[in-house]
Amino acid sequence: MNEAFFDKKEYKPLDRVDGRLKVTGAAKYSAEYALPNMAYGVLVGSRIAKGTIKSIDSKAAERAPGVLAVISHLNVIKIPGYAARGVHPSEPPTGGQPLRVFYDNKVYSNDQPIAIVVATSLEKAQYGASLVKVQYDQQEHQTDFEANAKNAVIAAAAKKNPKSPTADYDRGQTDAFETAPFRIEAEYVLPTEMHNPMELQAITAHWEADDRLTIYDKVQGTKTTQKTFAKEWDVPEQNVKVIATFVGGAFGNGLHSWPHESAAIIAAKQVKRPVKVVLTREQMFTMVGYRPRTWQKIQMGAAKDGKLVAINHHSIGQTSTYEEFTETTLMQTRMMYASPNVSTRYRLLPLNVATPIWMRGPGEATGAFALESAMDEMAHAIGMDPIEFRLANYTETDPDKNMPWSTKYMRECYEEGKKRIGWENRKLKPGSVRDGEWLVGYGMGTGTFGANRGPATVKAELDLEGNLVMHCAITDIGPGTATAMVQVASNTTGIAPEKITFHLGSSEFPNAGLQGGSSTVNSVGPAVQAACNALKEQLITMAAAKSGPDFGAAKPDDIMFEKGEIQLSGKSSAKLKLSDLFKQNNIQKIEATQESKPSENGKKYSMNAFSMHFAMVHVHPFTGQVRVKKIVCCADAGTIVSPKTAESQMIGGATGGIGMALTEDAVMDHRFGRYVTKDFGDYHVPVHADVPDIDVYFVNKPDLLADPVGSKGLGEIAIIGVAPAIANAVFNATGKRVRHLPITPDKLLGL
Amino acid sequence: MIQFQYERASTAKAAVSALANNAKIIAGGTNLVDLMKRNVMAPAKLIDINSLPLRSIEQQNGKMIIGALALNSQVADDKLVLEKHPLLSKALNAGASAQIRNMATVGGNMMQRTRCSYFYDTALPCNKREPGSGCGALEGVNRMHAIFGTSDKCIAVHPSDMCVALVALDAIVVVSGPKGERRIPFDDFHRLPGSQPEKDNTLQKDELIISVEIPDNTFSKNCHYFKVRDRTSYAFALVSVAAALDLDGKNIKEARLAMGGVAHKPWRLKEAEKALAGKPATEETFRQAAEIAMQGAKAFKHNAFKLKLGPNVIVEALKNAAGLV
Ligand SMILES: Cc1cc2nc3c(=O)[nH]c(=O)nc-3n(C[C@H](O)[C@H](O)[C@H](O)COP(=O)(O)OP(=O)(O)OC[C@H]3O[C@@H](n4cnc5c(N)ncnc54)[C@H](O)[C@@H]3O)c2cc1C
Repeated sequence: MNEAFFDKKEYKPLDRVDGRLKVTGAAKYSAEYALPNMAYGVLVGSRIAKGTIKSIDSKAAERAPGVLAVISHLNVIKIPGYAARGVHPSEPPTGGQPLRVFYDNKVYSNDQPIAIVVATSLEKAQYGASLVKVQYDQQEHQTDFEANAKNAVIAAAAKKNPKSPTADYDRGQTDAFETAPFRIEAEYVLPTEMHNPMELQAITAHWEADDRLTIYDKVQGTKTTQKTFAKEWDVPEQNVKVIATFVGGAFGNGLHSWPHESAAIIAAKQVKRPVKVVLTREQMFTMVGYRPRTWQKIQMGAAKDGKLVAINHHSIGQTSTYEEFTETTLMQTRMMYASPNVSTRYRLLPLNVATPIWMRGPGEATGAFALESAMDEMAHAIGMDPIEFRLANYTETDPDKNMPWSTKYMRECYEEGKKRIGWENRKLKPGSVRDGEWLVGYGMGTGTFGANRGPATVKAELDLEGNLVMHCAITDIGPGTATAMVQVASNTTGIAPEKITFHLGSSEFPNAGLQGGSSTVNSVGPAVQAACNALKEQLITMAAAKSGPDFGAAKPDDIMFEKGEIQLSGKSSAKLKLSDLFKQNNIQKIEATQESKPSENGKKYSMNAFSMHFAMVHVHPFTGQVRVKKIVCCADAGTIVSPKTAESQMIGGATGGIGMALTEDAVMDHRFGRYVTKDFGDYHVPVHADVPDIDVYFVNKPDLLADPVGSKGLGEIAIIGVAPAIANAVFNATGKRVRHLPITPDKLLGL
Repeated sequence: MIQFQYERASTAKAAVSALANNAKIIAGGTNLVDLMKRNVMAPAKLIDINSLPLRSIEQQNGKMIIGALALNSQVADDKLVLEKHPLLSKALNAGASAQIRNMATVGGNMMQRTRCSYFYDTALPCNKREPGSGCGALEGVNRMHAIFGTSDKCIAVHPSDMCVALVALDAIVVVSGPKGERRIPFDDFHRLPGSQPEKDNTLQKDELIISVEIPDNTFSKNCHYFKVRDRTSYAFALVSVAAALDLDGKNIKEARLAMGGVAHKPWRLKEAEKALAGKPATEETFRQAAEIAMQGAKAFKHNAFKLKLGPNVIVEALKNAAGLV
């Protein structure tokens, strides 16, 4: 390999390739496909949390102007896939039976969709929906987590498989905590949080023929969605086309297929027209998942020198009564620190609520709030600096899997983060720094997420003008996937980014998994590389035939493109005009399709991305207001292929973490099992005024054991560890430990 | 949304006569349209008053006259307002978002409905929305709710920031009805829920707000609006306080004090004002006034924190007004 080429291969910040489309409104989202003869569906939600539907009076609605149909379990057509109980192709970790919309008269949660009104305009459908009268046989419901916590159960998946991440886990002695010189024991509560992307969940469903369905749908996986609905309608997979060219944020709620999607598809079939359904903001709280309310308890023991003796970590997460949603809340506790004794217990609490789903930093973000708060509490108990305490428990191998890390550069993060936040201004004794009336505090929290990689296929075409066009079924829910893939391709080929296009978001394109679990760059990136290299091989063959041995011995890594020329590295520096080569061979373009799959390295190495977040806060002692003044995010995520969008990703994650720490709270009135905060006015996501300068540092060292691009994934670690960093900073400022998020002013009164 | 008719009024008189036939005024629409979308309000007819000449801000004979259609952002940025009544500007800027303030009008702000979750959800009981259906908040989630002047029928709060400043500034509301003009002291404009929580205020169904008048005062140098909320911007008050002082050196000649987020109306604190008058402007004085201010407060299950937060915010607002911070 030629060194000079590698020098050139530094990834530079690149503006989003689709930025212009987005800011000019030219980017088309799922609700923006105006199909001929399209009708509009509005869902009617249940007003009880548990029971059965006695009757639905839809006469007035059916008579209302423009209404085409009112569809419920009473008149729904037969859906072939509904017969197969438990069939749930896309979400293996979610046990049970996803809600089958309009299947029967049963109500499992408040605002469960029980009918859809279809009309010729949105307003007419809304009006029709307001006329539907429903009578229920109500049964006593349970939605109150605290009141029902004793009914938590072990997950079915854990019962089946003792190696499941949710199974009971013991390392070392289970009673080591009891005799540790320093002990802390504390309970932590994370309330239900909503994904609340800006774009509302939307689907436009179109039966192009009796057995051919096209959906424009806000999803995180086009292929998984294709499989789900092919099964549901018992049609061949290739007959279902899923288009998700642009997704306006999702944070996880596009990882599951939801009742409104089925409802739109049913409606389109029944009224024989394309049907569009866009959820309301209030329905976003009840129909498309959420981060489950989770209770955690940690017992932590340590020795005087700061060495951890034991961690016992219990958690209970809420789920619905029909589906078991589990997450990896306790994984970080098993592997982050060198504690010889660790026990974890994961339980689920089924309530009369809708099913939760992964939300940014799923599981880990929740678990890290408890673990990293407890680490701070212990450091305080021992009288140690929290960073020194963590360094005392730094582990060079994964203590859970007993394997070496593929790479781990957390020491770099500690050093850089300390410097950037101004850690030297932190005092060990809480409440000892002031700025005017405000108390000042510093805190930090760490995070990790598995460098998950799956198979992906990319098709690449190169024309004689040197334009490179690629296709892949992956979605982009906002992080800038096309931009990152253009950078990988440019880096592999030397072709300028302006000449490269990456098409994504269609099930018609070559296979890729979901965009979720920080797995896109490290799954699709290698496929981009492979496809580009395959193109080079073809070129080398063509070039060798033309100009002899120079090119004949070349490997893909030895050639690069520059200004429409193929250039050979090394002494000869032979050059060939691409257009000449194509013309001589009488071809317009060449193409290659390559699949890239995870290697066997996962069996030998523990592969994880790591993050470390630092926060400086001000707390107003008389009114309890918290202002985050500065955040520093450090990440060891392998190679950063797109520095600009990667930085945005970290800023977005930190912002989500501010919400988690200080403002977000989906509050329910348990008498009705109904949320009372359900719009942007009263469910508080952070606004600009809540978000300070966020300083981002990437270690940016490749992990070539993880994948050939060297990336470990970034999406999730951007938020994991932010909330405890802020909570710890609040403690450092005030001496008050808030263990029940969010930290609203009322919880800090009376300082 | 339920169907409705829409009409533009070209004169105030035409608007008033339309009101007599069960129509509803629409100004900026930032509150009314939201409520219509959720079927909380379903007027059969909307009268758009945006073409009426009610947008000006003028100074006349010792008072400032602000038109009912003056925009919240326009008032907040107005030179005259900033010079004579900076308290009003501060309160306005503490409310909503820049985008909403660019649409919201002074009249609409006064008439905005409560943000109580039970009022907003037609699946839940609310005496204000549906008299006789019960108060959902009384035994429900009532963290945001009132601590003063509640009744067993309603514990909602009036959400406006602007009105807290206006009640402190002794503003007068000028309204026009079938029988001509009426002038209502600001403190008498909004009402307590009592047994009729469906009535937010004393404006009659067929009356139109024309303007708000603020008499000249001596508070422009020492005033402050202190708002505590769940996020730094774009959230309703947990507790807010408008404080204005007329200082003679270090002594308080006269004080004005009002609270938001604590009652069904902007809550003027006259007893506390009396306690401040003639005293030195010190934290000690402010603390005593705050204690007086909180007399009679009564909390519910989730809002007991307001009993603690309330007096602290009063003291902070006064300290800021007096320049002690
Ligand atoms: C998300 C959100 C956050 C907000 N946050 C805050 C906040 O923090 N603080 C705050 O103070 N406010 C806040 N607001 C409320 C905002 O101030 C009001 O929506 C606005 O002031 C209403 O004015 P408008 O002109 O749009 O009224 P409209 O919606 O047009 O009308 C509101 C009511 O007033 C009546 N009306 C309007 N003009 C007249 C008139 N001249 N005579 C008689 N009746 C009239 C209408 O009939 C209607 O009933 C917020 C609003 C939103 C949507």
